[in-house]
Amino acid sequence: MNLFNSYKIIYFTFFVCLVAAIFPLPIILNAFRPDWMVLVLCYWIIALPHRVNIGHAFILGLFLDLLLGSILGMHAMLLSLLAYITSINFQRFRNFTLVQTTLLLGVFIFMSKLALYWIASSMQEIVLHRHYFWSVFTSMLVWPWFFLFMRFLRIRFKVS
Amino acid sequence: MKTIFTRGPSFTLRLFVVIACCVGLLIADSQFNLFSSVRVYLNSIVSPIQYVADAPQKLFSAFSENIMTRQALVDRNQQLEKDNLHLKADRLLLGQLQSENKQLRELLNSKKQFKYKRMITEVMSLRSDPFTHQLLIDKGAINGVYLGQPVINEQGVVGQVSQVGSTTSRVVLIVDASHGIPVRVQRNDAIAVVHGSGAWDKLNVPFVQSNADIKEGDLLVTSGLGGRFPAGYPVAKISRFEYQEGELYATVTATPVADLDRSRYLLLLWNNDPLAGADLTLDSPETFDEPVQ
Repeated sequence: MNLFNSYKIIYFTFFVCLVAAIFPLPIILNAFRPDWMVLVLCYWIIALPHRVNIGHAFILGLFLDLLLGSILGMHAMLLSLLAYITSINFQRFRNFTLVQTTLLLGVFIFMSKLALYWIASSMQEIVLHRHYFWSVFTSMLVWPWFFLFMRFLRIRFKVS
Repeated sequence: MKTIFTRGPSFTLRLFVVIACCVGLLIADSQFNLFSSVRVYLNSIVSPIQYVADAPQKLFSAFSENIMTRQALVDRNQQLEKDNLHLKADRLLLGQLQSENKQLRELLNSKKQFKYKRMITEVMSLRSDPFTHQLLIDKGAINGVYLGQPVINEQGVVGQVSQVGSTTSRVVLIVDASHGIPVRVQRNDAIAVVHGSGAWDKLNVPFVQSNADIKEGDLLVTSGLGGRFPAGYPVAKISRFEYQEGELYATVTATPVADLDRSRYLLLLWNNDPLAGADLTLDSPETFDEPVQ
């Protein structure tokens, strides 16, 4: 029963973040949208690596690919790579301060954006926009509040 | 790192399996296009998420329609009545021109189709991955939408359908870097191909001879040569035409005439229509809004 309860909360947060990832915004604000999927995956992997892992990252990445209409496997590959890096280092990341994890997330998202550009440019004809990397900063701004809120959720609903 | 938490296969093994799957998917999807038929079902799996994401906007627009004052409604109604009158007056002339055109075409022995079945659709989301320009519409395979179907709005050509789901579809816009559309200049029938540039308000017109008779402000309309878009719909206006002395081709850019990021309702056209040979009069367009069974 406890297991079911935990997964209920975890999947609910995944669903909310998937919705936030495609929520319609004006075109100008679109580039500033934080990378919700990376944030939520990193949080759960650092907090509960035995519950959320590479498999989840892969499935969520496929969902994101379908939702965004990109080539199947693009986001799946990135998210599972990030999940791997996070899950082999989760004990170290747990002891980081909030400032350190914010910087770490910034690096993660920057790397994933670069990799996404690299994969996409090898598959199709694309154009890189100047504001493509802005979401790195908005994600870093959002992360501390997101982290605290998720920790509150986790303790309040006894997700383990 | 082995921890007490690790159960099942190790992280590295899982990663290798997953990466292998991803590379397989990437190649199968981008090179061999294996998923084009399965995408209908795959898109239906995620469509609940799309509907949830679209719901607040829909609710808000329904709400703002409800709280409109009576005066605003009356004003709007009057405005629409006026517009309707003007459009009907134009249509009177159009019917006359149509029959005249038909007679002239019969004299020339060339037949041309001007009427297409069409359907109104609503834009659900503009969000797509950052390198492409796509939008999501609320009509899919069950409404008869097909791959490569032309999409327009009241101002001009918007794009074409790139992925079909059962109840939603994806439209790739004319400004997408992978999109090209055959056009002709309305003023003098010079033909060209318009490519998307990847920016929202810019199109490129490559391979235009530097001595071509194209000026800034010229309207480009679809030529119908590719067979995908019906002929005669406005696409873009030339915004810049310049050439270096001695170069073979001129640098030509254009701006799309349709507000691609601001239109809420679009029209789907059926180009290769089973009704194409039927005698449809211009005066009953509403009957075309229903899909053909």
